[in-house]
Amino acid sequence: MSSLIELTLAQALDGLKTKKFTATELTQAYIKATEKCRSLNAYIVETPELALKQAKESDARYASGKALPMDGLPLGIKDLFCTDNVQTTAGSNILRGFKPQYESTVTAQLFRDGAVMLGKLNLDEFAMGSANITSAYGNVINPWSGSDPANAVRKLVPGGSSGGSAAAVAARCAIAATGTDTGGSIRQPAAFTGITGIKPTYGRCSRWGIVAYASSLDQAGPMTRDVRDAAIMLKSMAGYDPKDSTSVNRPVPNYLDALEGGIAGLRIGIPKEYRVDGMPAEVETLWQQGIKMLQDAGAEIVDISLPHTKYALATYYIVATAECSSNLARYDGVRFGQREAGKNLIEMYETTRAKGFGAEVRRRIMLGTYVLSAGYYDAYYLKGQKVRNAIARDFGQAFKQCDAILTPTAPSDAFAIGEKQDDPIKMWLNDVFTVPVNLAGLPAMSLPVGLSANKLPLGLQIIGRPFDESTVLGIGAALEAAAGFKALPPFHA
Amino acid sequence: MTANKNLQDNLIRGETGDWEIVIGMEVHAQVLSESKLFSSAATAFGAEPNAQVSFVDAAMPGMLPVINKKCVEQAVRTGLGINAKINLHSVFDRKNYFYADLPSGYQISQFKDPIVGKGQIELDMPDGSTRTIGITRLHLEQDAGKSMHDQSPTESYIDLNRSGVALMEIVSEPDLRSSEEAGLYLKKLRTILRYLGTCDGNMDEGSMRADVNVSVRKPGDPLGTRCEIKNVNSMRFVVQAVEYEARRQIEIIEGGGVIKQETRLFDNAKGETRSMRSKEEAHDYRYFPDPDLLPLILDEAWVNHIKATLPELPDDRKNRYIKDFGLTSYDAGVLVAEKDTAVYFENAAKGREGKLAANWVMGELFGALNKENKTISESPVSADALGGLLDLIMNGTISGRTAKEVFEEMYASGKPAAKIVEEKGLQQVSDVGELEKAIDDVIAQNPDKVAEYRGGKDKLFGFFVGQVMKNTGGKANPGVVNDLLKKKLAG
Repeated sequence: MSSLIELTLAQALDGLKTKKFTATELTQAYIKATEKCRSLNAYIVETPELALKQAKESDARYASGKALPMDGLPLGIKDLFCTDNVQTTAGSNILRGFKPQYESTVTAQLFRDGAVMLGKLNLDEFAMGSANITSAYGNVINPWSGSDPANAVRKLVPGGSSGGSAAAVAARCAIAATGTDTGGSIRQPAAFTGITGIKPTYGRCSRWGIVAYASSLDQAGPMTRDVRDAAIMLKSMAGYDPKDSTSVNRPVPNYLDALEGGIAGLRIGIPKEYRVDGMPAEVETLWQQGIKMLQDAGAEIVDISLPHTKYALATYYIVATAECSSNLARYDGVRFGQREAGKNLIEMYETTRAKGFGAEVRRRIMLGTYVLSAGYYDAYYLKGQKVRNAIARDFGQAFKQCDAILTPTAPSDAFAIGEKQDDPIKMWLNDVFTVPVNLAGLPAMSLPVGLSANKLPLGLQIIGRPFDESTVLGIGAALEAAAGFKALPPFHA
Repeated sequence: MTANKNLQDNLIRGETGDWEIVIGMEVHAQVLSESKLFSSAATAFGAEPNAQVSFVDAAMPGMLPVINKKCVEQAVRTGLGINAKINLHSVFDRKNYFYADLPSGYQISQFKDPIVGKGQIELDMPDGSTRTIGITRLHLEQDAGKSMHDQSPTESYIDLNRSGVALMEIVSEPDLRSSEEAGLYLKKLRTILRYLGTCDGNMDEGSMRADVNVSVRKPGDPLGTRCEIKNVNSMRFVVQAVEYEARRQIEIIEGGGVIKQETRLFDNAKGETRSMRSKEEAHDYRYFPDPDLLPLILDEAWVNHIKATLPELPDDRKNRYIKDFGLTSYDAGVLVAEKDTAVYFENAAKGREGKLAANWVMGELFGALNKENKTISESPVSADALGGLLDLIMNGTISGRTAKEVFEEMYASGKPAAKIVEEKGLQQVSDVGELEKAIDDVIAQNPDKVAEYRGGKDKLFGFFVGQVMKNTGGKANPGVVNDLLKKKLAG
């Protein structure tokens, strides 16, 4: 039975279709795996009973020949997706005990397609963080520990904010997981844990029912073992939703088709601005190896320029914090979630929000309140919007010369819990390669390409044109084949 | 209060001279629509608390707004009805502030780019003239919920039924110059909204509320510092609030003080305004474009279609009444002020003398209705029935005097005019032979008076008419009697 969790999502689907095993057996194997992996703190809530019920229904469909596209696949769901009658916390104390009476569009579509839910996955509080150390439900531990003996004690971060999703998929306590990505929250943890994660084009997946961090940047996507799994899962997650005004009404292609046919003749852009100061040589080396792999697969390499890249991080922290300062105003203790007593309304707000939100969330709310305030709006928010447009134009220009862009996903491999925590700016620098993509609303994928000297996974990022997830996945498949990344984390189910 | 008001020139006489009041209004009008601005929850007035609340209205995590096309259409229709520019590109912004009845912690409104730009409204002044008042803009926004602080000594109760209901905020230029004009403006705006069917205008249900900006200045001076009086919820209160506030400001300035820009409340019971918060205490709303909503782009053809299907508006109707029915500007203005009245009038006047119909509607009918506090739609006399009465007057069957008696009976019994006239035998006598006989009798009975009349005492003519009318029980046709009597007395 334990071998069932070694299967990729695509392989498991084949096994279920050919009746090698049942959805119930697969689900039971994963329920055991989640129990075995509890030391990672990847799940905030496990839902084994719900999972087994869904698996039973799935088996009935397989038996009657009416199987669905994701039928019987046990997923972990990032705890930012509202799930009907299952606690949804966004990693925050302020939502402790909150059970929505509705299902997010993305999870509803996964369940429509037969998926099974193992539980709700830990994350940085309100998806704000790059190390999964801001959750009110404890840090998530990276199943990778690397060759440095010190890491056995001090533990590594899985990246963030989708750290629980990344750790669960890497350690095989979910066959795949949902993530969300506002500034790199799918791609950076995918890179830190040696898995694949794609952030689709803004508007491709509905945001309805996902706890909002920064509305103009947030986007859901799959986190999986490999590119094929990502293609299958993205198909279920994506699609127009009239309940989300920013969702885009375009047909969702069959992404599996994109994996065939190779990449011969595709032009891959290499942005010179992505060679940042202080980036370890091994990241540069990996990038060069990736370039070579794509070249060998028949792609043409083009040097491009994205001149406004250096402003992206500052712009992101203006736009994202401004939006979050407003989005998080609803957590006021009045209608749901936690409430602290106060002598009057103002005091109730103050104590509820002071106790309910962690330090990083409070920091971003204050920053966002500041950049929107009278007298500073033009200098920060408005300027930020202008730079954001300039960054989007950079990409538009670049895509005249190339079909996709290859960059490192993150400027380093996974770091230890406690590192970079003295200075928020250091932590925010993790997102330097991922943030521009969100600002421009583009699709981008991270996949593992090699190991660092410290025996930790390193990822590369493929950025595509708007709504061209297919090309991103196609290049990803080629890079994956060439890289042949097969390493497993030392800790896994 | 020392300041006196001069009705002729709208100026207030103060101790240091004349003062001019400058008023601008921000009217919040609830959009007539089945569902809310960004959710599908119902909007009907008077539902049980929190019975009309969707997850979006309660700002549950992950909920997103979706614009209600009907509300947009209503805003465009209103914009067209006030002769305003429709902006094909507009933007929804978030206005951020914390309050218990504002679930999301922000109100979705339109700040920099409203859906409707500059327009204008014509006021019908009591002397029959008109005044044009500029409209600065109209924008769409959400209403908040309702806090109830009187249900418990220790807790506040929140009703979110109104939360998310669509409002149009209609902002005027500071063009109004008196409390009367402010009242007339609000009334005219309400008439237009009701004609358009975009707001029911029921101020007592909160469907229309006004924020009134008041300042004073010496005529010809630049604008003074204004105070904003929030949430005034009746025509009468608007007039009272302006009166009070203008006099308050004049007293301060004449006493050597300065006006502080501030937000004030109108106390309905005391009829005075009170400071609510100063400019320094004003909220910083941190407006920014709502990232959950794309800019609102309107199709010009769609706007043109709405324009082509607009109903006849009060000003057009008024002009038509003046032209087609020969009414005065004032009478026409009164009749069109309420759409129900206008429809009633037109039905009663159709194919008849417009002036006569107008006099009857505004005279006898309004009088009777006012006595019982009834609206025209509750009138026991229908427009057709009144028309029947007018017919009898016009064809000479009854005199105007008799008609009043018939009308009273119609109002009380609901019977048609013709039936009452027939039952009571009130038909006018116009038969020459019959009337000649009556006149001959009067002349025969009053030889002295006849002699005096013929001797030059013309005034006695009225006496003879009166006698004839008396002898015929008031049914004689006065016109015919006049003619015959003149001939007979001439000998």
